[in-house]
Order: sequence, then structure tokens, then C-alpha cells
Amino acid sequence: MAEDPTVRLRGATLRFGDRELWGGLDLDVAPGEFLAVLGPNGSGKTSLVKVLLGLQQLSSGTVEVCGRAPRRGSTRVGYVPQQKSFDRDVALRGRDLVRLGLDGHRWGTGLPNRTARQRVDRAISEVGATAFADAPLGRLSGGEQQRLRIAQALLGDPSVLLCDEPLLSLDLSHQQGTSALIDERRRTAGTSVLFITHDINPILPMADRVLYLAGTKWAIGTPAEVMTGERLSALYGAQIDVLRVRGRIVVVGAPDAAHADAAGAHHHHPVGDDHDHGSRAAGGHPWE
Amino acid sequence: MGIGSYLHLPAVQHALIAGTLVAIVSGLIGPFVVTRRAAFAVHGVSELSFTGAVAGLIWADDAVLGALLGSLVVAAAIGLLGAREHERDSAIGVTLAFGLGLGVYLLSGHGGFARTASEILFGQILGVSNGQLVLLLAVAGAVLVAMLVLYRPLLFASVDPDVAEARGVPVKLAGLAFLFVLAITVTEAAQIVGTLLVLSLAITPAAAAHRLSSRPAVVAVLAVLFALLASDGGLLVSLTGLNTSNVPASAFITAISFAVYLLARLVGPRSVRRRRTAQA
Repeated sequence: MAEDPTVRLRGATLRFGDRELWGGLDLDVAPGEFLAVLGPNGSGKTSLVKVLLGLQQLSSGTVEVCGRAPRRGSTRVGYVPQQKSFDRDVALRGRDLVRLGLDGHRWGTGLPNRTARQRVDRAISEVGATAFADAPLGRLSGGEQQRLRIAQALLGDPSVLLCDEPLLSLDLSHQQGTSALIDERRRTAGTSVLFITHDINPILPMADRVLYLAGTKWAIGTPAEVMTGERLSALYGAQIDVLRVRGRIVVVGAPDAAHADAAGAHHHHPVGDDHDHGSRAAGGHPWE
Repeated sequence: MGIGSYLHLPAVQHALIAGTLVAIVSGLIGPFVVTRRAAFAVHGVSELSFTGAVAGLIWADDAVLGALLGSLVVAAAIGLLGAREHERDSAIGVTLAFGLGLGVYLLSGHGGFARTASEILFGQILGVSNGQLVLLLAVAGAVLVAMLVLYRPLLFASVDPDVAEARGVPVKLAGLAFLFVLAITVTEAAQIVGTLLVLSLAITPAAAAHRLSSRPAVVAVLAVLFALLASDGGLLVSLTGLNTSNVPASAFITAISFAVYLLARLVGPRSVRRRRTAQA
């Protein structure tokens, strides 16, 4: 890669107590790259985001964002959290939410500021949210709220965009709209995208590479390389089948992160039932 | 005696100044109380300022000072016990029950139990002394400055804590700071409307404002205006000829506050009824 990576992890390990989430993780994300981060619940996907936001320290190894250690509140990183609806009566318009992304961390009330307002307007129009930006936030649909969150995250013109399950609880058309928006941004502005998801299908056309976290192990590569029965079976330490049906990828045997935690998944997915113990016993075993 | 002649009385002037100060600070914190779902915290702190007031009365002959100190202790206790959101309500309940019992115990050794208790619980707006007025002014000034400084990060932390934290807002610190501001404000309001009726100034005006606008600045201004209307309006009504049986001002204050809320619900663009019609 010619350009310096925006995200760089070397031997990155995260442990909570004696439980290791992932170990020896090496990762370079190029500018403009779309990296899908997959894995079952509890595999440390959200913790990876927290590390990159500077909210969580690595147990060992190094992490750099744009050549520096992550710092809380850095404008180099934009963050789109899990889709979680706002209270219906929250006293905030769409544009107020976006504006908080610009100066909500500053003390004081802030004065009316034309430049800031124009930046907010531009960010809102770039995500196609102008029509509903002045409506009460709590009355907007999940997809509309998510568009505004993306505008908020992109306001500071970040080099890295971290999206933590941004499609959760959105209907299909809003899923497509939201992911297309993120895809367009990384193509036009060269923003690296780390996209955490439990289902790769909505973003399959745009994902350059996949980082798959399972147990303490991980695998990285193009979707075609990683999403195979062989790779995932080795990762989980259990028989996993990957089927391709009408352009969709269906993983059979892996605990489904969307429906259950690892323990609960035992009943639904008999084939993958020993992934939790198996992978932990095997210890960190990076692929590549 | 007409209302005009009442206005020349120092006691009435004091009461109006105190009512105005209390309305401004209550109106300011109200929208955050609503957004942060801290109504029970308001209730808890105000109930417990009863205990503080009794203690202050017994040991220093100063109910206001006692209530203020007590509320700070309570805010710290709620902040420490209820660090997690789902523990907060039970932490407040636990502290409230114990503290109120303590207040009853302290007051039982004090002469004039019923009268003192009812003054603290239901307000005694006409008894504001010069010294209390100065204290109220100082506290109101401090709360005003604190809210202006905290405004944006607190708003961010209240509506969107995850992103706020990622953007560098000290979310927990802002929440704790607000709890202290709330405790002081509530204690101040309790001097006027009584500890049991504080919600009528700290929540009702803000809840009404929430029905009328979704602009944060408009909601803040409306909440303060509604609180002023209730506080000073209630006080003035209590002085008119209508009030022949000496009903405490707090009764009128809560009535006006509630009427404003009902009106806001009925006419507000955000009312459910309008929304349904608009969709049809």
C-alpha cells in the first residue's frame, strides 16, 4: 500500500481479567478501505472500536490512528454507534444532534456562529437529511436518525469512520441507504471505514476485507478468502459451513451473534456448540 | 387591602424576589431533569432537604443552610450509590426512606413539630429573611453560572452518552456535577414551595415546554418563563381577596404550573391528538 495506513495494530491483545478477547492482532487499514468486522457476541468487536476511540487501553501491543496513539475526542475518528432510538420527546431537532458533533464537547452554551451553521448544513445535505433536519429528533424513523448520526460523525472530516452495528433494527431499504452513504463517503473522501456487523450480506458488495473475530482468534482477508467453511471452521474449532445462495452468504453452524450470546447459541446451533471452550483452549492463533 | 398595598410590604417584596430567583434556576435545570429522567432524583433530594432543614434548625437555627448542606450530602450519596443507571432509582429510594425517617426523629425532639414540619414540607414563602435572600441570590448566581458552563457537554451527555464519551465529553463528571446543581436548586425551590411540591417548579414547567418545542434553546426559555409565571403568579394570587382563608402560596403555584402543563398538552404541536390528525 502506497499510502500510510490510517489504523495500525501490532500484536494488539485485549484481556479482561483472565479472559482474552483477542490476541496478537496485526492490522493495517488503508485510506478509503472498507473493512467489515464480524464475529459472535462477546468476541470483542465493540471493544476494538473502544480501543480506536481511545476509551479502552490494550493489554499489550500497539495501536495507532493516523500515526498516533488514539486519543479521546479526536476529530480524526468519526463514530456511528449502534442504532438506538432517541426518546420520542427528546428536546432536540435533527440538526441539533449533528451540531453536538461539532462543538458539543465544549464548555459553555456557544454563541450563534454562521460558519458552524454552514458546516452543519453541508453535513446534513451530504447525507440527504435536509428535508427532516428541523423535525423533532424523536419523531424521525430509525433510518432518518441514523443518517443524522452519520452526518454528525462526518462533520469533523475524520480519516477513520467507526461504525458499530449501524444497521441494527433498520429495515432493508434503510440498511441499503445507510451503507451506500458510508460507501460513497469513503470513495469520495478517502475515509477508512471499520464497519462492525453481525451480518455481512448488506455490506458484501462494498467490503474490501473482512476481519473475523471468534474466541481469541481472528482471521483477515477479502470476503472470498475469509468467508469459507475451511477458514471459519478452523477459527471456531468446529464444523462450519458457508453457503452462497443468490449472492448472499449464509454461515451454518456458527453461533449467531444477532440472536444469542455464545452460551445461548448452543441450543440453536448444535454444530457450533463447542466454539467457546474450544477456541479458548486453543489460545491465540492468528491467521496470516 | 388591595394587592397594590401588599406590594409595598418588605415581606411580600422578599417573597417575590425569592420566587423569581427560584423560578429561574428551576426552569433552567428542568429540561435536563426531563431529558435525564431524573424526576425521582429531584423528589428524593427535595424530600431529604426536609431532614437537612430540621437538622439545620436544631443545631444552627437555620433551616436553609441545613437544607443546603444536607442536599449536597444527598447528591453525593446518590451519585456514589447509583453509578449505574438501573441502580439509581433504588439508591434514591433507599436514601430517601432512611433520611426522611431521620428527619422525623430529629424533629420529634423539637418543639412545635406539626407547624415546623408543615412549613418545611409545604413552603413558607412569606417568611424569607434578609439573610436568606442574600443566600438565595448567591446560590442562584452559582447555579446560573454552573448551568451556563455545563450546558453543551451536559446536553450531549444527556441525549447521546455513547457518542459524547467518544467525542471527549466527561460524561460521568458532567452527570455528577448536574446532580450537585440539581440538589442546590431543589433545596432553594423547597424554601418557597416546600419540599413536597418542588416538582411543580423543577419538572412541570419543563415538561410543558417539551410539549411545545423541540429546540433546546426555546425549551429552556419557555421552562423558565412557565416557572416564573407559576411562582410569582401563585404568590400574587395568594395575596388577593380571593384567598380569604390564608391558603399557602404553594397551593396556587402548583395549580398554575399544572394548568400551564395541561394547556401545553392540549394546544402543543407535539400533542398526540394533533399528530394523529396530521397523519390521517
